[in-house]
Amino acid sequence: MKRALLVLAVASLYVLHQDIWFWGSKRLVFGIIPVGLFYHGCFSVAASLLMWLLVRHAWPAHLEREVEGTGREGGEAS
Amino acid sequence: MIPAIFVFIYLAVVVYIGVFAFRRSEGHRAEDFFLANRSLGTFVFLMSLFGTNMTAVAILGSSGHAFTNGIVTYGLMASSSGLVIPLTIFLIGTRVWALGKKYGFITPVQIFRDRWECAHIGTVIFAVQAVLLVPYIIIGIMGGGTTLSAISGGFVPYWFGGAIVAMVVMSYVFFGGMRGTAWVNTFQTILFLVFGVIAIGVIGTGMGGFRGAAEALGSAPATSWLLTRERISPYYFFSYTFIPLSAIAFPHILIFCLTAKRMVQFKKTVIFYPLCILLIWFPCVFLGVMANRTAGEIPAIREKQEARRVLAQQGKTMSPEQREVVREQAAGDDVILHLLQHYAPLWLAGILGAGIMAAVMASDSQILALSTMFTEDVFAFYGGKRRFGEPVQVQTGRIFVIVLTILAYVVALRAPETIFEIAIQYAFSGFAALSPLMIAALFWRGSTKWGALASTVWVALAVTAVAVFQQTTAAPPPGPPAVFWTVGGTEVLARTPSGTSVFGFMPVVPMVLVSALLMVVVSKLTPKPSAATVARYFSERD
Repeated sequence: MKRALLVLAVASLYVLHQDIWFWGSKRLVFGIIPVGLFYHGCFSVAASLLMWLLVRHAWPAHLEREVEGTGREGGEAS
Repeated sequence: MIPAIFVFIYLAVVVYIGVFAFRRSEGHRAEDFFLANRSLGTFVFLMSLFGTNMTAVAILGSSGHAFTNGIVTYGLMASSSGLVIPLTIFLIGTRVWALGKKYGFITPVQIFRDRWECAHIGTVIFAVQAVLLVPYIIIGIMGGGTTLSAISGGFVPYWFGGAIVAMVVMSYVFFGGMRGTAWVNTFQTILFLVFGVIAIGVIGTGMGGFRGAAEALGSAPATSWLLTRERISPYYFFSYTFIPLSAIAFPHILIFCLTAKRMVQFKKTVIFYPLCILLIWFPCVFLGVMANRTAGEIPAIREKQEARRVLAQQGKTMSPEQREVVREQAAGDDVILHLLQHYAPLWLAGILGAGIMAAVMASDSQILALSTMFTEDVFAFYGGKRRFGEPVQVQTGRIFVIVLTILAYVVALRAPETIFEIAIQYAFSGFAALSPLMIAALFWRGSTKWGALASTVWVALAVTAVAVFQQTTAAPPPGPPAVFWTVGGTEVLARTPSGTSVFGFMPVVPMVLVSALLMVVVSKLTPKPSAATVARYFSERD
């Protein structure tokens, strides 16, 4: 269920990128920023929030566990 | 000349970082030179992965494109990348990292060869990747020469500027390998981020605020469309969401995914990636649009607008060659430089010029990636490492860096820049169409080497076909596309003012879809790798 909701969230955000509703609008947000540009700025923030959700709820922790079991290790952090 | 001094200080710092990284290295080990010993921490990993993906397009190209096309630039190139790139890093990058840690892979072709039990098909994939990557290296040197010449007011000639940039990049890649490249990229990304904030403040103050400029742009019929997307087809806009798929197919990005010390380093990278894009692209696009209100104060921008007007009004009656000349005059790649030269004090223009140089010099990762691929996928694979040992392999990688940089410099001096700008257009689409390879290798048990070969050959043919079509067919003037092929009244192939359209979409859409289809169909028809190999890539939970 959780996985399905996350897939739905990703698909929805992808669809929301095609914002035909602001296509021809010349409205200025705060009197400065064209609404189409403002929308896509907000879209970037939404993408970051979506990544946070994915990291929190769909992190492939099993990959890290598998690697730890192999004994190969990296060097010192740079 | 003062801005050029700041740029030279910046270049000296960059070389020092490379030499400092060399002191930290274990020079004889391939993993150390090519992957920084798989040891990058969270901050360096985020900043350098992001910086690796930011070429001159991020600052010069974005503001130039926005100057000519308006706010659509952000939606086309930035916000779609802010979703697709971190998503692919989350899904694919983490798996590639885990495979690298488990099995010691250093290049994507090593994964393909092992996953699909193939040898020479891997070499074919290497060759296609390498051919698509070379234009980036050449354009980086060209951009360096042009920018250094512009920042110094012509005091540094193009040939000398290009030579300096080539030498600097070659030095820190040669000495520092991946560690030097990652540290320099981190430094460069910090400069980009600072650049955007300072530039918008300084230029905004110089223009007396943006409110008046924005209202004037919106109310004038000649410029109001810049605040909208009314001149862009929704199909074209949608097509662009396929381009960021290229990121995870770029060898330098995949190789970078192998440098993280732990998988946890990916967490902050994918979360902050869209915000980094916002911080860099938003100011550049906004400033590019606002530059259209500075024609009264900046003669160079006035001349560009005049060229744009001539192209729109007389483009249909011009010859293709004349159109190309006027199109070049109207191009806005240097508007941000003009804005800075006009509004920023000299010393600040110098610091900001260093930020622009950082953006232009993004070819380091590609040079290192090609060196890594050559030494691992060709030299080591065909017996060089076994016969001569690992230290010789690393030295071969370093020699390859020198030879490649010199060759790129020689080509940069002789060939026109537009050729490589166009080549990069094709390369983005080509790498996007190669993305089904890694997706199939990691997520589909049934994929085969023959499916991979079919996709790769298709990508090579499709990129060549689009390149030939665009080179042999003159671009029409601004307005409707020139239709070349229709079936039953439906437009199949057309030449647009800026490229090619297939069924109204950019070529990248059919290229990716056909590549994926070939992978599926051919894999279904051909024998699978052994069960033992498949089991190493897919656990029970998959």
